[in-house]
Amino acid sequence: MLSRTADNIYWLSRNMERAENLARIIEAGHRMALLPSSAAEGGYDEWRSALISAGVAGGFVARHGEEAVDQRRVVDYIAFDRDNPSSIRSCIENARRNARSVRTALTSEMWESINSTWMEMNRIDPADVTGTELRNFLDWIKERVTLFRGSAYGTMIRDDAYAFVRLGTYVERGDNTARILDVKYNILLPPEETVGGAVDEYQWMSILRSVSAHRSFHWLYRTNVRPWLVAEFLILRPEMPRSLVACVREVDTQLDYLAKLYGRRAECHRQAGQLHAQLTYGRTEDIFQAGLHEFLTDFIMRNARLSDEIQRCYLS
Amino acid sequence: MNGWATAGTGAPDEARTPEDVRSPEHVRAAYAEIRAWLTQTPHDRLQLKRREAEVLFRRIGITFAVYGEGGDPERILPFDLVPRIVTGEEWSTLSRGLAQRVRALNAFLTDIYHGQDILKAGVIPADLVLRNVGYLPQMQGLKVPGNVYTHIAGIDLVRTDENDFFVLEDNVRTPSGVSYMLENRDVMMRLFPDLLSAHQVRPVDHYPSSLRDTLCSVAPPNMAAGQPTVVLLTPGIYNSAYYEHTFLADQMGVELVEGPDLFVSENKVFMRTTEGPKRVDIIYRRIDDAFLDPLVFRPDSQLGVPGLIDAYRAGNVTLANAVGTGIADDKMIYTFVPDMIRFYLGEEPLLNNVPTRWCGRSDDCRYVLEHLDELVVKEVRGSGGYGMLVGPKSTRAEQAAYAERIKANPEDFIAQPTLALSTCPTLVEEGVAPRHVDLRPFLLVGANGVSLVPGGLTRVALKQGSLVVNSSQGGGTKDTWVLAR
Repeated sequence: MLSRTADNIYWLSRNMERAENLARIIEAGHRMALLPSSAAEGGYDEWRSALISAGVAGGFVARHGEEAVDQRRVVDYIAFDRDNPSSIRSCIENARRNARSVRTALTSEMWESINSTWMEMNRIDPADVTGTELRNFLDWIKERVTLFRGSAYGTMIRDDAYAFVRLGTYVERGDNTARILDVKYNILLPPEETVGGAVDEYQWMSILRSVSAHRSFHWLYRTNVRPWLVAEFLILRPEMPRSLVACVREVDTQLDYLAKLYGRRAECHRQAGQLHAQLTYGRTEDIFQAGLHEFLTDFIMRNARLSDEIQRCYLS
Repeated sequence: MNGWATAGTGAPDEARTPEDVRSPEHVRAAYAEIRAWLTQTPHDRLQLKRREAEVLFRRIGITFAVYGEGGDPERILPFDLVPRIVTGEEWSTLSRGLAQRVRALNAFLTDIYHGQDILKAGVIPADLVLRNVGYLPQMQGLKVPGNVYTHIAGIDLVRTDENDFFVLEDNVRTPSGVSYMLENRDVMMRLFPDLLSAHQVRPVDHYPSSLRDTLCSVAPPNMAAGQPTVVLLTPGIYNSAYYEHTFLADQMGVELVEGPDLFVSENKVFMRTTEGPKRVDIIYRRIDDAFLDPLVFRPDSQLGVPGLIDAYRAGNVTLANAVGTGIADDKMIYTFVPDMIRFYLGEEPLLNNVPTRWCGRSDDCRYVLEHLDELVVKEVRGSGGYGMLVGPKSTRAEQAAYAERIKANPEDFIAQPTLALSTCPTLVEEGVAPRHVDLRPFLLVGANGVSLVPGGLTRVALKQGSLVVNSSQGGGTKDTWVLAR
């Protein structure tokens, strides 16, 4: 396969996955902002943390200024702003551009799912996406990305192209889960609340809900939401399809498949194996000892380096 | 409503029924069934089918780009439901004439870049060729596989009478439109299967495999053992014909590559793949000569591949179409094609040229200036229907302004009579009305000769009375049916 084709397939999946996760970040922020204590403070922290989690705080401040953090502007910036290269709209635009460049490598179901998402996205007026419409919009994005993943899963030949779809999806998802988990770090608990109290628990539950893991958490742990359990669930539990270990495992598997198919190994294979092993044998108490935020920051960096190495080996 | 010529019958030439100029009975017979169908089918049902077709085109993404006009950058070419019909008999005459023409054009290109006999014999003025921008001295003396220069040619035809087809122009560089020929048929098969089978329409679906065979037949002399590797080189997604490029690559099962996907090492061409470099033997290139190799042509081009021309000269890669074919579809050289047919093949031309006057000749120029109101005047280097004067449709003031341009640079202009073009029934808002059409069949030339599928792209001028069918000027397309009988 052409390296450019693989590159476009990889980034196509990353862009679609990112669009979904940005919707999840907005959803987490939105849920937290609904709390009474937050409303009193104008929801400042929740929306600020959403910007940080989405990795666009710098761009937002450059555009709107330090004091402009409110729901309307943040949602608009993360969801619709064309000048924000990683807004949901930009992700859909980029995904469609990637898809157009490699249409011959996609199944018609994949192309049509992306193309109609793009066409419908173009018809959405951000001014209409307020109140209950915001949740409808976020649900719609998640649904469209699910449709894309499903069409890839259901129609693609299991060859190298499929491996690059999976690589893109899981590299991006690992990054995003780490970022969503980090949302909690970036929110200060209101001073009158206690750690482990109702607000704290509500915030952790919002994190779980945003990765559609609220029910599966209870099913697995059969206990109340505790910070270290949420962290364990989203970092170390291989059963959870959005956990860091599940993402890295899938990346490792797909790279291994490519190595066998093409008969060569490179630095990306070593890094993926190493990261996978570390997460497989990791322990929650060690993570909290070193600091959850520090752990997540380190993961995001290593995941990005792994992506660079995949790029170097196959995509350029 | 009788859907036949009920709308747009303003001018006398608009009133003509399908493909009818002077001797209607014979030509009309081929349309008898379509005519009955159009008459029986309610207008709103036809409009419904038209919308269905549009949805299909939009969903499949059969689009073309229009530059610099704002609005939707990806448009669908308007598609007309009413097919254009060519009888088996007409087609057999046409296809022989087309093959003859393309053989002569290839002989001309071979000659021009080698012995130049036709110039020595004084059939074509040497200056007209050697000082033409379409002539590339870099190609002089270069042997190309099978002596094939224009592997893919599109010849534009218009019909003026029952037996008279005129060649409007030869496209021998990178002609486009063949994907519409194929997709139009596909959409018609979905919408009107019964109508198609009732007509015994000859299939066109094998075009991509013929194209692949043609390309493989001209593999370079120094290629690696085994199957030749064919790729299609596109300028990328912003090119107006990008859809066609993806379509053809897909149908042929070859890689669609952009310049940066290729590199040249030791005069051999490779593509970058996930498995490492892979040798490329044949490039069906859909980018112009000037952008192929920044080391030889335009240094600012990002589209091409540095070193490609050296690899080409070394016989390590075949480019289709060959470099330097532009000289053969120059609007001035066009006027000499009948002479080429006589000179190289010793045959009389089966297809007519439109009689053309060149303002570079003083007596022609005088004639043109005196008859501006009845001629079509074009720039020698123009294309896409831009910058021309359609005499009978122009005002005095436009003619006067155009005359000034001709006087300033007479050698840049040619003039042709306005032909009484045939019309086809076409579905418009008000009903079915006659609209002017032309036809572009696609010829393939390989080491083993010329082939063409029965059909082509029929373009239709959707505006009432318009003679301009170019897609950039609001033209649409129709499916072209060549009947088995």
